[in-house]
Amino acid sequence: MAGFVLRRMLLVLPSLFGLLVVTFLLIRTIPADPAVALAGDNATPAQIAAIRESYGLDQPLPVQFLRYLRGVARLDFGESQYSGRPVALDIAQRLPATLELTFAALVIAIGLGIPLGVVAAMHHNRWPDFLLRIGSVAGIAVAAFWLAIMLQMLFAMKLGWLPLRGQLSAGLTPPAGPTGFLLTDCLLAGRFDLFLDAARHLVLPAVTLSLGGLATITRFTRAGVLDTLQKDFVTYERAVGFPRGRLIWVYVLRNSVVATVTQIGLLFGGLMAGAVVVESIYDWPGIGSYTVQAILTADSKVMLAVTLLIGLIYAAVNILTDVVHALIDPRLRESR
Amino acid sequence: MLVFRKFLRDIPAVIGAAIVLLVVFLAIFGPWIAPYPQDASASHLLRRLRPPSLDFPFGTDNLGRDIFSRVILGARGALKVSLVVVGLAMAIGVPLGLIAGYNRGWLSEAIMRVTDVFLALPQLILALALAQLMGPSVESAMLALSLTYWPFFTRIVHAETARLRNALFVDALQGIGAGTPRILFLHILPNALSPIIVRATIGLGFTILVAAVLGFLGMGATPPDPDWGLAVAQSRTYLPNAWWFATFPGLAILLAVLGFNLLGDGLRDLVDPRLRRSR
Amino acid sequence: MAVPVLAVEGLRLAIRGDEGEARILDHVSFSVAQGEILGIVGESGCGKSTLIRAILGILPRGARIGAGEIRFEGENLLAFSEAELDRTVRGSRISFIPQDPYLALNPLFTVGAQLLESMRRHLPGTPREHREQLTKILRRVQLPDAELALDRYPHQFSGGQRQRLLIAAALACRPKLVIADEPTTALDVTTQQQILVLLRELVDDMGLSMLFVTHDLGVVAELCDRVGVIYAGQSVENGPARHLLRAPMHPYTAALLACHPDRSDDFVGIPGSVPSPLRAPPGCRFAPRCAQAQPACTLRDPALRNAAPGHAVDCILYDAQDGGR
Repeated sequence: MAGFVLRRMLLVLPSLFGLLVVTFLLIRTIPADPAVALAGDNATPAQIAAIRESYGLDQPLPVQFLRYLRGVARLDFGESQYSGRPVALDIAQRLPATLELTFAALVIAIGLGIPLGVVAAMHHNRWPDFLLRIGSVAGIAVAAFWLAIMLQMLFAMKLGWLPLRGQLSAGLTPPAGPTGFLLTDCLLAGRFDLFLDAARHLVLPAVTLSLGGLATITRFTRAGVLDTLQKDFVTYERAVGFPRGRLIWVYVLRNSVVATVTQIGLLFGGLMAGAVVVESIYDWPGIGSYTVQAILTADSKVMLAVTLLIGLIYAAVNILTDVVHALIDPRLRESR
Repeated sequence: MLVFRKFLRDIPAVIGAAIVLLVVFLAIFGPWIAPYPQDASASHLLRRLRPPSLDFPFGTDNLGRDIFSRVILGARGALKVSLVVVGLAMAIGVPLGLIAGYNRGWLSEAIMRVTDVFLALPQLILALALAQLMGPSVESAMLALSLTYWPFFTRIVHAETARLRNALFVDALQGIGAGTPRILFLHILPNALSPIIVRATIGLGFTILVAAVLGFLGMGATPPDPDWGLAVAQSRTYLPNAWWFATFPGLAILLAVLGFNLLGDGLRDLVDPRLRRSR
Repeated sequence: MAVPVLAVEGLRLAIRGDEGEARILDHVSFSVAQGEILGIVGESGCGKSTLIRAILGILPRGARIGAGEIRFEGENLLAFSEAELDRTVRGSRISFIPQDPYLALNPLFTVGAQLLESMRRHLPGTPREHREQLTKILRRVQLPDAELALDRYPHQFSGGQRQRLLIAAALACRPKLVIADEPTTALDVTTQQQILVLLRELVDDMGLSMLFVTHDLGVVAELCDRVGVIYAGQSVENGPARHLLRAPMHPYTAALLACHPDRSDDFVGIPGSVPSPLRAPPGCRFAPRCAQAQPACTLRDPALRNAAPGHAVDCILYDAQDGGR
């Protein structure tokens, strides 16, 4: 198994290198003159020249790329124009909040999506299936920013059941470390009052972020179950009197989730991107809101670093997906 | 005809087709249908933020404009952006896919690797960054979205072309001396058309959604455009009192995207029942 | 005469689909006595698989039984609820050997997990006792390394071994009746032979009854005590295997035997093709292809009549004979 994981990691390296090249080229070449873009609208020619030199933009592209690679290898992405601090430091501080949010969204999406998909397949072409099909397409079609605002309006502003924004109520001090993950830290510090407050803050952002994934997982699980139900072994299992519940939820489901697991891997990238919108609406102190700030201020160093980070997470999740596949299907464990 | 009858029996797909027709209809005839077509740009400070009434079914916005009219007028912009984006993405992605699928050497390999890298990039962030770098406007938003959407077409066309390359009829065409471009565009492309149409339909919905996000973040349409995403962004200051301001433009986005997705799903079922409703 | 283990009488079954109603079974009748192997013979598409599904109560959606009875040990199975079938019939009193051993085992679960599932449901005793019983049966069906087999996955066995696993599973719950759906078709000839010998031994040793469905007359000759022939969803002839194969009465049975390469020097086909159950001809469905057809064949209601002791046939040629007596 360790060899299997290692081989998969080596396979990912060329893609990561490609990602470095493409992000570099896009950011450096799309604007006619990046120095002008960086300097802003009212810059004098002298200021532009100074910026060009300080960013190394007067060097040939390959030299710039090598300097960029050297920086990436040392996790040195330069300083953010927006916060004035090293980009790597900003990211390290903000990443746990985003991971907490995406993880919560994923748990909701999987926990609801798989059972709903099974229910839809069991009622193929009857009304529960019909409703879930339209519902899941709507789940993909809804704009996250609009949903976020609607939920805020209803549950925070009108009903007052849940907090409007942020990760913790004003006036509360989060425990310092050790993990950086707020919920975990609250539990480790034994601060259940803080934990509850943080959990309440998590509900709306996590629900908003989960919806697209929930819809996708429902659809793929439904398709997988419908596909498996056609298999000979299901006929056999019915013919020899397997209990219906176990037949569906154990024997059929395990055969049906392979495509769903692939989708969960792909979804993670989508969740990170969705976090950009959701975090900025809920003022969630994570990578997403940081990215929006960076984009609005044309902070190319942050954009590069974030794009790379997401590419890296995407690659890591895909390796994880393969491992989960191998856990589900014994045939995959042997053939590689 | 049989195909058409089968399609009519798929109720969600028919609903989708009806919604798409409505959006297209509004995009074309919007200015003649909207009760206050001048509200695309005019403002009426005396009737700001009125709740929905018989005169203003969706209420009025912060500048006193009729939201119902602006939702209708917004259809044209949304449809235009998505058509241009999907058209451009196809113009880039389809030829690349044909070449990569037909060629067996390094060129194919190179195209597909680049495609993979683009697919791994976070689309929304890439589009946002590109739009920002090119200066926020509808045009740069469209270009940015096209630049992030073409790989989907390359993937599909590559797979279809690679499958058909070994088909007997291609051998026969080569045998009678047909040139490669002729084989690719006249013979292979028509065979790959169904998956392209399905992907394009879903892509139209997806693009409306992402373009709305760009508009919402101030990276796409600019005031006073009757853009749905922009309207939701403008409404935030007036919540929760002016709930109608945020609600109806958002519902318009939902409905339009839903329509294209339902239609795309239905077409997929029609083209390839094996795939069912997987994606 | 003792009550037969399984008796199917005048079974009619239709499935409603996209293209209309397919009348899959039209008057199928036969019975299986205690301790005997009945072979059901027919070409592919004649309704054999649907017949099995009807007996086991696992018909596809849209299927409707129009007429007839399925009596098992004197009880009408068609009156059983889904839960009753699961509890008292499927996998307990009636067990099943599927057609394709490569596809019938769930690839993601160990053989033990799957085969013990049914035993746990239907037999008293602890999981450990079930394991021991199953291992004993695996040895009886000559599976190599029977002790280790339960912890392995289906893909680690050959086709013949998987079929032995499935046979063992079918016997584990001590059924009264085993339904076998062409259990040797997917196997190579040598393995096929071994499995047939094994099945005959098991039936004789354990006093089981078996319904053996096949398209292969050679297999029937070797294995079965009695035979029922089905053409396009209609029972055309039931009788003792020796007698029926040597002196077929129904023109279809005769034609089918003539097609068998072992039995005739010059290969004779049957003109025409099997009708689709969507557009089945009225009366005798074989009439359009029958050399001895008469105009009245299309008006006849299907019904098996005894033409000799223990030998029934459904054909207008024998109606006259019957009436003459």
